[in-house]
Amino acid sequence: MSQAVSIEEAPLADAERMPAAVGPGRARARRRLLPGFRMTLGITLLYLGFMVLLPLSALALKASTMSGNVFWGTAASARALASYRLSFGASFAAAAVNAVFGLIVAWVLVRYRFPGKRLFDALIDLPFALPTAVAGIALTFLYSPRGWIGAILAKAGIEIAFTPVGVMVALTFIGLPFVVRTVQPVLEDLDREVEEAAACLGATGLQTFRRVIFPTVLPAVATGFALAFARALGEYGSVVFISGNMPMRTEIAPLLIVTRLEQYDYAGATAIAVVLLVSSFALLLLINGLQAWGARAERAEARS
Amino acid sequence: MGSQGRTRRGAVVTDPERRETLARTPSPVAWLLVAIAASFLGLFLVLPLVAVFAQALAKGLGPALAAIADDETLSAIRLTLMTVAIAVPLNVGFGLAASWAIAKFEFCGKSFLVSLIDLPFSVSPVVAGLVFVLLFGARGLLGPALADQGLQVVFAVPGIVLATTFVTFPLVARELIPLMQAQGNEEEEAAITLGASGWQTFRRVTLPKIRWGLLYGVILCAARAMGEFGAVSVVSGHVRGETNTMPLHVEILYDGYDFVGAFAVASLLALTALATLGAKSWIEARGPRRSVA
Repeated sequence: MSQAVSIEEAPLADAERMPAAVGPGRARARRRLLPGFRMTLGITLLYLGFMVLLPLSALALKASTMSGNVFWGTAASARALASYRLSFGASFAAAAVNAVFGLIVAWVLVRYRFPGKRLFDALIDLPFALPTAVAGIALTFLYSPRGWIGAILAKAGIEIAFTPVGVMVALTFIGLPFVVRTVQPVLEDLDREVEEAAACLGATGLQTFRRVIFPTVLPAVATGFALAFARALGEYGSVVFISGNMPMRTEIAPLLIVTRLEQYDYAGATAIAVVLLVSSFALLLLINGLQAWGARAERAEARS
Repeated sequence: MGSQGRTRRGAVVTDPERRETLARTPSPVAWLLVAIAASFLGLFLVLPLVAVFAQALAKGLGPALAAIADDETLSAIRLTLMTVAIAVPLNVGFGLAASWAIAKFEFCGKSFLVSLIDLPFSVSPVVAGLVFVLLFGARGLLGPALADQGLQVVFAVPGIVLATTFVTFPLVARELIPLMQAQGNEEEEAAITLGASGWQTFRRVTLPKIRWGLLYGVILCAARAMGEFGAVSVVSGHVRGETNTMPLHVEILYDGYDFVGAFAVASLLALTALATLGAKSWIEARGPRRSVA
């Protein structure tokens, strides 16, 4: 909005400015001012089409050539159902762990000063930057019965590597940055006067958190949760090492796709991939909805 | 944006003394929360990172270096760098074109286009690999026709490059679009009205304004391209010394119980990741802070 105003005020060529002032034609007039629209949009659409849409339509095409019986025979087989249960369950649990601890980490990074804070802040993005295979072998080593953490837990009779819990550990690592990075900016913008007002009116720390802070950050936490969940659902590299890959027990859905492919069962791989892809798109819609909710909440707060 | 800025400035203006006490009170709750956060990050981020280097050096520096200097490792490094050298420029060219079209112009279907650009992020890497097998495999849609031309895509280098480009597709565009949108069009419009050509405007006006964002996009894209595992694993066919990238080589060494070798190659990738994080902090310190990568 402020852009339009400053353009009206700018002492630039009047001839260029004239058409811009004529109501509805204004957007089109501004578009014409800068060159390169057709070329850049053309490149964008062409590259997008060849690189993303064409390959994805190959999946749809392959699925559409399969009969319903064959499709559901694979997509809803006992082994496939077990893999969805593990993938969805472990992803949900990992995203929930990240929602709780991510909120605490974001709060601590925004509100307190302590040694090593900048280093921790920079490290949050490590799961984005570290190749998943590297994370996979490192976590497997740590949690295997002879690893640094696994050895301690083994004495207590707890196994993590090669169990569903191991899958959850890997997915927690992968999803760690999402909640922290979505909540952090919201906490930074949180008006401290509101908290002070709550404190002045006699609210305890816990009450202030529950009634004032939590409702404000909830949309961001939910968005971060959904992002972490979506990422975990498709994750492969970090999980294959730590899960042990036992069918029906520790086999995640993406791994089952690879197994089917290695047996040259392209139809089977496609059926499971379609289920996974449709779930991801549903999550994408949910995330867009959550982000809109967050933006609305922010505007409402700004007005009050 | 504007309203947020006001709130933040508003908070800064209020009674500085009170803010200090709020921030500095070493309450037991504060200590507890810092301790919880530090243990969580220590357990999930620091420890795995330390483990990679510790395991690489478990038998001393010699065996680790020998594993890196191995012929198969070197050919994996070469293939990885070549893949990066193709995928990154492609995605940079696309990112620049897409952000110019989206940030500088209004057109219908724009938000839909932005969602389409983000699409590869919500596709599992394994599914990304699968679609290229379905398209270019021996029994795929285009595979047989290309095979007649003597061109093998899947289980060969072109497949690895395609899968990597797909997976890293949105990274540069995603860095640039919000940046260019926030910067507005005035300066470009001024340049054009003063008689600069479109190309001159881009090079002299736009490029200097977005260079840090572009640099970070390139670094992030390169790091992800180097580290991609799932998609590349599906299309590569695991031909040792021929279609092995660094992450795939890590898997082969690890599965062959050569743990020192696996962690030595892994530590090279971990160093790249740390360099990426360092570059991000450095770039952020010179520009306005941005959220989720």
